[in-house]
Amino acid sequence: MNTFGGPAFFIDRSDINTDEIIPAKYLTEISKKALKPHLLEDLRLENSDFDPRSPALQKATVLVTRSNFGCGSSREHAVWALEVNDINVVIADSFARIFRQNMFNCGILALEAAPEDIEKMFNLKGEVEIQVDLDNGRVTAQSRETGERVESSFTMNPFDLKLVRAGGWLAYADQQYS
Amino acid sequence: MGKTIAEKIFAAHLRDTPAPDNMVLDLDVVMCHEITTPIAILDLMEKGMDRVFDPGKIKAVIDHVTPPKDSKTATQAKIMRDWARRHRIRDFFDIGRNGVCHALFPEKGFIRPGYTVIMGDSHTCTHGAFGAFAAGVGTTDLEVGILKGVCAFRAPRTLRVDVTGTLPAGVYAKDIILNIIKRLTVNGATDLIMEFRGPVIDDLDMSSRMTLCNMAVEAGATSGICLPDATTARYLWPFISKDYESLDAAVADFATWHSDDDAVYTQTLTIDVSDLAPQVTYGFKPDQVKDISELAGSRVDQVYIGSCTNGRIEDIRAAASILKGRVIADHVRGILTPATPAVYSQALDEGLIKIFMDSGFCVLNPTCGACLGMSSGVLAEGEVCASTTNRNFNGRMGKGGMVHLMSPLSAAAAAITGEITHPGELLN
Repeated sequence: MNTFGGPAFFIDRSDINTDEIIPAKYLTEISKKALKPHLLEDLRLENSDFDPRSPALQKATVLVTRSNFGCGSSREHAVWALEVNDINVVIADSFARIFRQNMFNCGILALEAAPEDIEKMFNLKGEVEIQVDLDNGRVTAQSRETGERVESSFTMNPFDLKLVRAGGWLAYADQQYS
Repeated sequence: MGKTIAEKIFAAHLRDTPAPDNMVLDLDVVMCHEITTPIAILDLMEKGMDRVFDPGKIKAVIDHVTPPKDSKTATQAKIMRDWARRHRIRDFFDIGRNGVCHALFPEKGFIRPGYTVIMGDSHTCTHGAFGAFAAGVGTTDLEVGILKGVCAFRAPRTLRVDVTGTLPAGVYAKDIILNIIKRLTVNGATDLIMEFRGPVIDDLDMSSRMTLCNMAVEAGATSGICLPDATTARYLWPFISKDYESLDAAVADFATWHSDDDAVYTQTLTIDVSDLAPQVTYGFKPDQVKDISELAGSRVDQVYIGSCTNGRIEDIRAAASILKGRVIADHVRGILTPATPAVYSQALDEGLIKIFMDSGFCVLNPTCGACLGMSSGVLAEGEVCASTTNRNFNGRMGKGGMVHLMSPLSAAAAAITGEITHPGELLN
């Protein structure tokens, strides 16, 4: 099983679609690694100087965002683009169904937390470190600058947890189904 | 307690219940295209698992970028082609026979009421028009589908959408679904199956029902679904006539899938379309929808008619009714891509291709192409396209480009005037 948690990157917008996570022009790639330089390449955020090449994003292993993350195209390339950039946790108010399933199918985490908790995480100052406790369904976000912490809980569908523990849907299905 | 059509299909295909709310279903059809399948194929090969659960239940097509635009897309096509040959997948559609998956596969009779269908493509929900459960999935789900013939879903919850009233002239299924998405928002139907009901749906042809179900995912729905009836049976008759004594017998059999009167719905929505105007999107989300008159006069650079949403013969006829005897505006580039070879051929027979060409349209082969900004009509920065496709995301048809989604009739009107136009102004 993967290990989860680490430096967080925040994207303050709802309805980020998979075209924004990885534009269609890169769907001609047949290796996941080739997607690495193009994560969130065309994302534009109002009132923000978002830069897909920022050191903070390069360093991050956790993404924190708002509602309906990953809507639109079914492309698993969106999940792979995160994965090859070492991001294996996305915390959001809510996810689009296919994206959420693709995350668990790859053995990584799409965690839904309460919007008010996510709001508090957004308000933490400076660099934020996130810890994920899968067994107890808890997420802790802590500011490195002030030491301030936000604790939140998440409920994972028990089947999704099985997928994560098995290392993904292919490994699980290969064991379970003839 | 009664069951919905989705609950009946899930119950009939249940292989396993790995958790209380999760159901692993046996699949009747696994559809594959060259953008999301090659990585699954390569991964299976690498893991020594290059097998298919049933070559007869796998349908494959090269449709997204065809003919290939470069070496990379040619390689994707080759991986699909070699794989289809290796596993003796009979229903593989290559150049000359290929078309947009969600238009081609129904046309071949592959989708039947009560079926379970997946594809690595979000618009797989289109096939719900036949009373099937059809869902878009990612590559890992597709990979397991290819290998094991199963896919996992959460237990079905249904949003019932009743469409009532009388559809005004010049208003189409595209306008209905855009209006529904506006009401629901882009995540209003997440984890729900949208069941389309009511007298307006009963009167729609299969092409229009496919348009409706096609865009269910734009409100976040797992799928769209219609109850299979005489219209469904007539469409499928060439493929099912051996299985049934009569059309009536097929209709009666299909009715066993219908939702029970006492079925339980998670949510309901009723929409009366009697006063519905042609609809158009204005922003970068498919729930940003207005009456077309509110955007009238906005200039467009390109008009695109095609795709799994609106590239069928009925769509081409509707657009041609406006284009006939007219020429498109000087500054507009018109692009038509009939969704399948059969649609193209039929449009030729009916003289529709000539109408498009005489009006100044460029007529392409069937392909997904520009709908997702991959080829064949990509926009430049700052350009605007009136399009019959399904997504208006920022940069969808090319970085910095803007897409207004609308019906084929409205798109044809925009081509003639060069700006967003109520099609009623051009209808004789």
